[in-house]
Amino acid sequence: MRTFERSLTVSAATDPPIVAEVEHICVDYGVARVLDHVSLQVRRGDFLGMIGPNGSGKTTLLRVLLGLLVPSCGHVRLFGTDIREFHDWQRIGYVSQKAVAFETRFPASVFEVVLSGRSGRAGLGRRFEGQDRAAALAALDTVGMAGFHDRLIGRLSAGQQQRVFIARALVHDPDLLLLDEPTVGVDLDAQEQFYALLRALNRDAGKTLVLVSHDIGVVAEEVTQLACLNRSLVFHGSPAEAIRSGALAQMYRAESLVVSHRH
Amino acid sequence: MPEILQYSFMQRALLAGLMIGVIAPVIGVFLVLRRLSLIADTLAHVALAGVALGLLAGVNPVLGALVVAAVGAVGIERLRVAGRLFGEAALAIFLSGGLAVAVVVIGLSGGFNVDLFGYLFGAITAVQARDLWLVLGLGVTVLATVAVFYKELFAITFDEEGARVQGVPVDTLNLLLTVLVALTVVVAMRVVGILLISALLVIPVAAALRIARSFRSTLWIAVVISLAAVLAGMTASFYLNIAAGGAIVLSAIVLFAGTSLAVRGRA
Repeated sequence: MRTFERSLTVSAATDPPIVAEVEHICVDYGVARVLDHVSLQVRRGDFLGMIGPNGSGKTTLLRVLLGLLVPSCGHVRLFGTDIREFHDWQRIGYVSQKAVAFETRFPASVFEVVLSGRSGRAGLGRRFEGQDRAAALAALDTVGMAGFHDRLIGRLSAGQQQRVFIARALVHDPDLLLLDEPTVGVDLDAQEQFYALLRALNRDAGKTLVLVSHDIGVVAEEVTQLACLNRSLVFHGSPAEAIRSGALAQMYRAESLVVSHRH
Repeated sequence: MPEILQYSFMQRALLAGLMIGVIAPVIGVFLVLRRLSLIADTLAHVALAGVALGLLAGVNPVLGALVVAAVGAVGIERLRVAGRLFGEAALAIFLSGGLAVAVVVIGLSGGFNVDLFGYLFGAITAVQARDLWLVLGLGVTVLATVAVFYKELFAITFDEEGARVQGVPVDTLNLLLTVLVALTVVVAMRVVGILLISALLVIPVAAALRIARSFRSTLWIAVVISLAAVLAGMTASFYLNIAAGGAIVLSAIVLFAGTSLAVRGRA
């Protein structure tokens, strides 16, 4: 940890601080190695797209960053703190795949869903207060879902549900927002609104974003940083560099191989 | 005063019935929505082992059930978290294991007796004053715990992983919920009996799910339906001289069918 802080001060003059970092991460499921010595840094203000074919370990890497999965080797640091000692989870917002594949019969109002994003911040065993409710309404407003607060979550369209889940991840005002394949099952119009919302969150609200997606083309257009993953980190840099270096083309080939293999 | 309230045994029965009428759906809503309804059934069978052990040892069988069910709850949750057993296998082992212990202990104590039959199918009119205090104490404990951790329990029920990422102590609260199920089962055991307990936890919630517009309203509607079922069942039991446990569960089913028809009529 001490060495990390030193490197932070050295680079501070040129680059924004690192908010999340993995170093030589390996993850094994049984005998299969899903992630092989992956090292990656996310800096404040980044909009990082994490792309790669199915089974490339994108979601696994996200779960490692979130502390949901303990890697078999390597280190994870969040906001400069080793993940094992990290407790400031309010600084992180998470939109899981569940956002598009949850039980639609679950009896929860939109407001209850968004408010539940304040559970950690409000404190264990404490009741929600006026400020929590105000934050929930404000988050719904941010994602353009004001006025939907008393609707059943399962009765909304996929695109609307997705925006409610983003509101839930924003309601505790995180600095870093992690999104896992959030556009699956959402129609094109809703996708466009979704990327406009992410752009606004990144540029205007100053959030650092990490977006996991298999939608290589769209993501490459939207993000400021690309990480191409195929068990190991194939490329990390700007989308323009990804095109120049041929990394993006390689990702397309890998994806089409998977697709043609499946058909 | 109506005849049903004139007897002290009926007063005790109603108090015990109303308490279980409140706590069963409050716990049940979390179990149903997490697809863990079978845990209640499992712990009921484990509690039966406790009843048998209590009868054999000559201590209050409700106390025996309480201790054994709580230990069983911790064991089940440990197995579930370890994840080495597939799906509901852990529950099946505890369910049949509880029943097996009960059968063996009953054999040792010299056979089936009337007491035990009451625990299987409910014997609410046999609730003694000391049972009533235990039932009320456990019931208040369950309600107070759910009230304190309501927002965490909702967050875990809706999205366990999301709650974990927020720093909610998911494993501890899951264990707590399972122990609360054990307490609820012990309370419900006196009213509807071990074999009918999951009905009280599941049916009012299933009915409420058809009409509720939010999680909170699901909880309230389920409690109202459950209390109505308990009151209707006990009244029918008293005046028609039928088994209270069965009458309560049948009332709940009638109310469930009623809400289903009402929803269909509206649509």
